[in-house]
Amino acid sequence: MNFTATLRIALLALRINKLRSALTMLGIIIGVAAVIVMIAVGNGAQARVEDQIRSLGSNIIMVLSGSMTSGGARGGSGSQPTITEDDAYALNREIDEIQAAAPSLRGSGQVVLGNTNWSTVFYGTSPEYLQVRDWPVIEGRGFEQAEINGAGKVALIGQTVALNLFGETNPVDQVVRINKVPLTIIGVLDRKGQNMMGQDQDDIVLMPISTARKRVLGSSRFAAGRNVGSIMVKVKDGADMAAAEARMRELLRQRHRLQNGQDDDFYVRNLSEILQAQEASSKVMSLLLAAVASVSLLVGGIGIMNIMLVSVTERTREIGLRMAVGARARDILTQFLVEAVTLSLIGGAVGILLGVGGATAIAEFAGWRTELSASSIVLAAGFAGAIGVFFGYYPARKASRLLPIEALRYE
Amino acid sequence: MSEPLIRVEGLTKDYVMGSNVVPALRGVTLDIAAGEFVAVMGPSGSGKSTFMNLLGCLDHPSAGSYRLGGQEVSALSGDELAAVRNRKLGFVFQHFNLLARTTALDNVALPLLYGNVPAAERYPRAERRLSQIGLAERMDHHPSQLSGGQQQRVAIARALVNDPQLVLADEPTGALDSRTSVEIMALLQQLNREGITIVLVTHEHDIADFAGRIISFRDGKVVEDRANVAKYAAAEL
Repeated sequence: MNFTATLRIALLALRINKLRSALTMLGIIIGVAAVIVMIAVGNGAQARVEDQIRSLGSNIIMVLSGSMTSGGARGGSGSQPTITEDDAYALNREIDEIQAAAPSLRGSGQVVLGNTNWSTVFYGTSPEYLQVRDWPVIEGRGFEQAEINGAGKVALIGQTVALNLFGETNPVDQVVRINKVPLTIIGVLDRKGQNMMGQDQDDIVLMPISTARKRVLGSSRFAAGRNVGSIMVKVKDGADMAAAEARMRELLRQRHRLQNGQDDDFYVRNLSEILQAQEASSKVMSLLLAAVASVSLLVGGIGIMNIMLVSVTERTREIGLRMAVGARARDILTQFLVEAVTLSLIGGAVGILLGVGGATAIAEFAGWRTELSASSIVLAAGFAGAIGVFFGYYPARKASRLLPIEALRYE
Repeated sequence: MSEPLIRVEGLTKDYVMGSNVVPALRGVTLDIAAGEFVAVMGPSGSGKSTFMNLLGCLDHPSAGSYRLGGQEVSALSGDELAAVRNRKLGFVFQHFNLLARTTALDNVALPLLYGNVPAAERYPRAERRLSQIGLAERMDHHPSQLSGGQQQRVAIARALVNDPQLVLADEPTGALDSRTSVEIMALLQQLNREGITIVLVTHEHDIADFAGRIISFRDGKVVEDRANVAKYAAAEL
């Protein structure tokens, strides 16, 4: 008995009970759709974290100024400027694992262009900053060392600042004033999007650290000396982050002349590690979502088994007749198995459409990021087929084991 | 003639019900020659249905031998029995046992499907049989659109489609009114005249009377086996 004939017999049997077939499929449809939507949502969340990692730059360690303890009261992080520009240069110079270290001085102020203005944050930093953050300049150029050394009146601006001040016109070579200091814009930074706190990273002005210190920050306590708020360090790809962190700590303690037993007067934060932890947790989350969704697929499979068992009982006489006219046990087995698999595959196909639609709808209406992947669709479809075979086998075997005379006499 | 179509020797069937062994057939020995039209009679519980099931290769005997067309079939496996049913036997049942929502043509072609007959050959053969029994016009009808007599004719066409050596009819008129019953018997007689061996089970003397030989069962044994001057159904119509 050939396969197309079996398939035709199975399809006919399913058509005879349209409503029941549809209801049976519903379990699989919902299961498959749920798996696809959940995986899409999970992947979306993961992709968001991955984007954040990318936008931060990879292998980033932050060094922050430590806290000051005065009269037993311990201040918060950064309450005392303890790290300096020279710490950054020393890190760059002396630790092999470090690819680049950029000091930064943070300030905020109003950027004025003609009769428009925009309030933003600015960072005084060194040319290494762009390297650390993997942040390309898309128009114009980056800083030159002479501009760092000589407190050049130049600045780089982010996309948000460019848009708000200049609109569609090219900002390069235009002069803006920040805290009344005129700065020439030498370049525009590429778009980076939001950071993990949801802040707009493109709302930024970068200038040489000396310019910020000597010209723009004015009376700020950072203006004096060579102190900086933070140093951003990029560790070389493939280098051991923990070892790099330990060596940085050691070098900084040495430079700050801290005795054994004395607390660090700075903080070291491994930002990449924090994001990686977040990535790991979002992975667990999406795995969990997929697992919950697979349970519904499993329940759908049990539904198929249930209906197939009812169907075998109902069609006992039909099975008896088929056997009487020459169907072998394996013909009957194949017929019922094909019926179950057909149910689950059609259900799977509808489920895929529904799942893709659902994921798109969620992205559209809830504003969540969803990522459909071909592998999740293939997985769900394969799973649906497997469920058909698995849950269809028992009823099919039951049918094939009926004795012809008993099946024929069944009322 | 070397051997009759059917040779049954000491055929015995016991049913085990819990700890009780219920004998249904207690050593039946008989021959049926090719071309005979035999009616098997007896009250319920006489063993006639059990005998039919064994002749139809639907069940295994507990003891004894059953040779069909010279082949010992009492010891065959399930799949081998299925093949025997498919190629050598045709069945007609009391309740027709047609597949619902399936056309008459597809119903008739069903045995060919299981006999691996190619599709190109299946439908012409099924059509020929349906025409032969006078249902050429109703090939595309579903069983629910046919009368009882027409349904039984479709079932007879199905029994004949694989050119069987033996047609087994189990109370073929049991669900029909008397006029339609006679029509069906006329059809069976006609088929028998054309050379088909028929074994018919019935408990009605009127129906058995259309056969050329009547075998009566009681308590699992043959109590009477006689030739019958067949009454012609066609004459009654």
